[in-house]
Amino acid sequence: MFDNVWLIPFFPLIGFLFLGLFGKKIKNEAVIGGIGTLMIFLSFLVSCGILMQMIGLPPEQRVFEKVMFPWIHSGNFKADMAFLVDPLSVVMIMVVTGVGSLIHLYSIGYMHGEEGFYRFFAYLNLFCMSMLLLVLGNNMLVMFIGWEGVGLCSYLLIGYYFHKKSAGDAAKKAFVMNRVGDFGFLIGLFTLYWWFGSNHNIWTVNFTEIKAASHLLPYGGVVTVATLCFFLGATGKSAQLPLFTWLPDAMEGPTPVSALIHAATMVTAGVYMIGRMSFVFIKSPETMMVVAVVGAATAIFAATIGTAQNDIKRVLAYSTVSQLGFMFLAMGVGAFSAGIFHLMTHAFFKACLFLGSGSVIHSMHHALHKIHAHDDAQDMRNMGGLKAAMPITFITFLVSTIAIAGIPGFSGFFSKDEILWMAFANPYHGGLNIVLWGIGAIAACFTAFYMFRLVFMTFFGECRINPKAKSYLHESPLTITIPLMVLGFLAVVGGYLGMPKLMGMLPNYFEHWLDPVFEQANHYGAKYAHAGAHPSHALEWGLMGLSVLVAVVGIGIAFTMYVKNRELPGKFVATFPALHRAVFNKWYVDELYDYLFVNPCKAFGRFLWKGFDVVVVDGVVNGVANVVMGFGGIFRFMQSGYIYNYAASMVLGVVVILGYYIFK
Amino acid sequence: MSNILSLTTFLPILGVLLLLFIPKESKGVLRNVTLAVTVVTFLVSLLIISGFQTNAEFQFVENRPWIAAGPFIMHYNIGIDGISLWLVILTTFIMPISVLSTYTAVEEKVKEYMICLLLLETGMLGAFISLDLFLFYIFWEVMLIPMYFMIGIWGGKNKIYAAVKFFIYTMVGSLLMLVALVFLYFKGIQAGITDFSLLHFFSLKLDMATQIWLFLAFAFAFAIKVPMFPLHTWLPDAHTEAPTAGSVILAAVLLKMGTYGYVRFAMPLFPDAAHKFAPLIATLAVIGIIYAALVAMVQEDVKKLVAYSSVAHLGFVMLGVFAFNVEGITGGMLQMLNHGVSTGALFLIVGFIYERRHTRLITDFGGLSKQMPIFATVFMIVTFSSVGLPGTNGFVGEFLILIGAFESELRWWTVVATSGVILSAVYMLWVFQRVMFGELDNPKNQKLTDLNAREIAIMVPIIILIFVMGLYPKPIIDKMDPAIKKLVAQVRPASFAVRSAPAAIPAAPVALPAGHSEAQMPVGQPGAAPMPAGHSEAPPAAPTAKTH
Repeated sequence: MFDNVWLIPFFPLIGFLFLGLFGKKIKNEAVIGGIGTLMIFLSFLVSCGILMQMIGLPPEQRVFEKVMFPWIHSGNFKADMAFLVDPLSVVMIMVVTGVGSLIHLYSIGYMHGEEGFYRFFAYLNLFCMSMLLLVLGNNMLVMFIGWEGVGLCSYLLIGYYFHKKSAGDAAKKAFVMNRVGDFGFLIGLFTLYWWFGSNHNIWTVNFTEIKAASHLLPYGGVVTVATLCFFLGATGKSAQLPLFTWLPDAMEGPTPVSALIHAATMVTAGVYMIGRMSFVFIKSPETMMVVAVVGAATAIFAATIGTAQNDIKRVLAYSTVSQLGFMFLAMGVGAFSAGIFHLMTHAFFKACLFLGSGSVIHSMHHALHKIHAHDDAQDMRNMGGLKAAMPITFITFLVSTIAIAGIPGFSGFFSKDEILWMAFANPYHGGLNIVLWGIGAIAACFTAFYMFRLVFMTFFGECRINPKAKSYLHESPLTITIPLMVLGFLAVVGGYLGMPKLMGMLPNYFEHWLDPVFEQANHYGAKYAHAGAHPSHALEWGLMGLSVLVAVVGIGIAFTMYVKNRELPGKFVATFPALHRAVFNKWYVDELYDYLFVNPCKAFGRFLWKGFDVVVVDGVVNGVANVVMGFGGIFRFMQSGYIYNYAASMVLGVVVILGYYIFK
Repeated sequence: MSNILSLTTFLPILGVLLLLFIPKESKGVLRNVTLAVTVVTFLVSLLIISGFQTNAEFQFVENRPWIAAGPFIMHYNIGIDGISLWLVILTTFIMPISVLSTYTAVEEKVKEYMICLLLLETGMLGAFISLDLFLFYIFWEVMLIPMYFMIGIWGGKNKIYAAVKFFIYTMVGSLLMLVALVFLYFKGIQAGITDFSLLHFFSLKLDMATQIWLFLAFAFAFAIKVPMFPLHTWLPDAHTEAPTAGSVILAAVLLKMGTYGYVRFAMPLFPDAAHKFAPLIATLAVIGIIYAALVAMVQEDVKKLVAYSSVAHLGFVMLGVFAFNVEGITGGMLQMLNHGVSTGALFLIVGFIYERRHTRLITDFGGLSKQMPIFATVFMIVTFSSVGLPGTNGFVGEFLILIGAFESELRWWTVVATSGVILSAVYMLWVFQRVMFGELDNPKNQKLTDLNAREIAIMVPIIILIFVMGLYPKPIIDKMDPAIKKLVAQVRPASFAVRSAPAAIPAAPVALPAGHSEAQMPVGQPGAAPMPAGHSEAPPAAPTAKTH
């Protein structure tokens, strides 16, 4: 089965090519959607086969590499088109193909009747292929194909409604910001490649080879430089500070895209990349700290913005940024498997939330369309009381919200709690630990608050939609609700794969599964980990209780403000108008970037063009031309035209040089 | 088979003779005959690939006495190695496409136009295959004239200014090169060389001062052609005013003459000087990358934007070539080919919409995706190839250049150059967005028609190449690898002399013989053996520098 790993990205590629070339001729949406969904589902089946085979193997044999064909070989440099199957990539392919299949299925219903239906599925297949290359690549370069490929698909899908200017802007912004990150990725790659090559004559970009040689890497120094560059790449792709502003704008894309790309898969690529290179990252204590701090800061920063947004998808977008921050916090404190675990549970509940919001928008849009109203179908202020009309959507949404808020028994609780615990108890960051934990806990409180604010504003209270449209509200079709139910189910049970040891009911399957991948990193980490007293079980229980408490507090505040006492938000805004404006406008980060980078760049470009090119260089050139023309006037009687002129000067030149040599 | 290079090169001249017998008015016949000639030339050139042996030697060599005038002995000496092979193929590949692009674009003086195109092809091919310095110079000048006419006669509003600017710029460089050539020849005579054969000059030992002057003269001529910052200002004008086919050929092939000149002549002939000026050239290349990207970003004319993007791309080529290692030079060579394919395609694309709307102002467009979906797809693929998306051709070259330059002394230059990947995405995606996305609100744009069969036929081969070169560049790299290894060996040993003894200008001639005799040795061996040594030699100083 391992040998067939190439099939996993191959099926979606076929789907893309087929739909891209012939999709336009197929008029039947069911056929197009069916082919798109089938292709990724076939990949899912192959992935399952690989998972089964891997489970059957002893942990130390769970690594397999498959070289397809040589790609770039030049001088010392070698990169093949090759795949790496190990427990980490298996987790990722399961998530990508599993969630991917559900979202493809969902899209059949959601995108019904859209212009360019085939184009959508072609892009979606292309995205899956790129993402699978990203997670399966056995070297940094194949990973980079996927890395940029998902960026491309993100560009194409955000710009799906390209006639809207905002969509075009958002698409471009996403790609460019990702490119800023890619710059970091490339420099990191160069640094690592060059260091290994010049110092140890190991010229490689292959992960397994780097891992085998990673004991040669020093702690800090060049590793810090390289890993910080890689981390810059991760912040671009995974929308972390300072490169996060593209993700909320990316909500211009159709909702299934937001679910698949901007929640479950692509944006987690940065986390995956750190996991893949954990044995390099851990060798730089400085980078680990930066990762942890950036993660925690992003978690809280985005969570605050999430509290003031009214667009249902934007709330979820900021929530995603914030949750990704949690994952980076986990990576930064050396809790790699916790980070990947949260990646997985987050893929379940956030995909469910996005798809649920899509179901709501779909229904709202439909209802508003019927009465020809132009109200915003995504604005939560136009919603309310939808739980009666849309029971399945409501229940799955609620379940996922509970999961993300961190209520015990649901998946988000297990993963988030483990991250918070590791932030507190990790042996790497000393006094910073308590700060990291504190920020994480406050962010968790905010999470519970804005998520329940969303639920209350959308599903509870009286219905604020245009009264005429109310009767048209309805539950979505099965293609939409089936994926919701599956994801909702996973959002509940997914967590039991990784129960903390403390609870002792089930072994932590997930951590054991990833042990072989992160063993090396943990081993390196132990070199500089300070051996403090092991925190007691009581403390762990206590902190767990505390994290549940903050979640409950967050929910409580949301309940008070948006169900019981609904004039409170208005009063709050009236009391702190400046604060609200700042939060609502996303702390003016976009404006800051325009001011600092975008506008100066344009102005500078204009100056170089009109100032330097036209005035300075061409000034010199034209000046010379004028002087020549002046002389030309004198010599004009000798020549009859340009070409002769030139021929004569050529001969003259030769004669002068010859003369010099003959008579010198 | 042995004359196949001559055949390829002069087939277009035969075509010209054929065209002379066709009356001016039968435009269709003129076009079809020209197309047929270029296609046949391309097919013949494919035989060169199949007959090419993967080694570092010059192949298909023809060497005949040509001119003997007093002390000047010129030979008709031609041949190709892995470096020139692909440039020859690029030329023969791009020509039928260019001809096909003129079918509806050029309606006046069709006969003269076609003759210009064919003469140009012979000139370009001749320059790539010349192994005699004087022959090279002749072909170099031959290329200039048809291009001058193409811009001056079939160009846009400002054609005379652009044509003259193009001519003067290039002439200044050419004359300098000629002077240097003659000077070099006399140096050669002193050392017992009796003709202009390039291979003989490779073994010539020159002192540092001579090398510097000669290198500067050659480098200046080539830098204008590349064009390198700040000698690039003729390019935007020439490109904007030239007819589509002219722009395509200018971008795809003519600019490569400059970079090819460095690789074939300036670097191996004057290796010490080349090393000495590498930091300067790398600096100009990197400035060019950033500068051109920033200027491209604010252009209002699509064609000018593409022209400036050329300057940036060629800056990458120069950076790679002056890394003096296999990766960098391979990347540079690939980037030359990629640029030929992708930027050529961009000019074709601009030509398509210009023919329809007779404007190139970005603000005149918007929302074309809706009206022209096939065009949108093609434009998008080419855009991303130009941006260097992995999987397309643009990536392989750019990546090898950057990694090669990073391994070399040019580490910090590379870091700056890498930021060019951000800027290229900015200007290309921005123009794509403004032309293709948004509302289709201009009534003139609402009547636009999508690409027709001829236009699709033009673009399909290019798109196939974009992906083939991006996903499986191995055949191309393999064929040029031995030649590049040989080149690296040719230019390396001297560099050690310079590097190990910075004040060693008098010492250089002592170190030189070894290096140059090595270049004369049969292939493979010099390239393979010194490699690891070279790499382990350079870096140890660097890590300390980095960690500070």
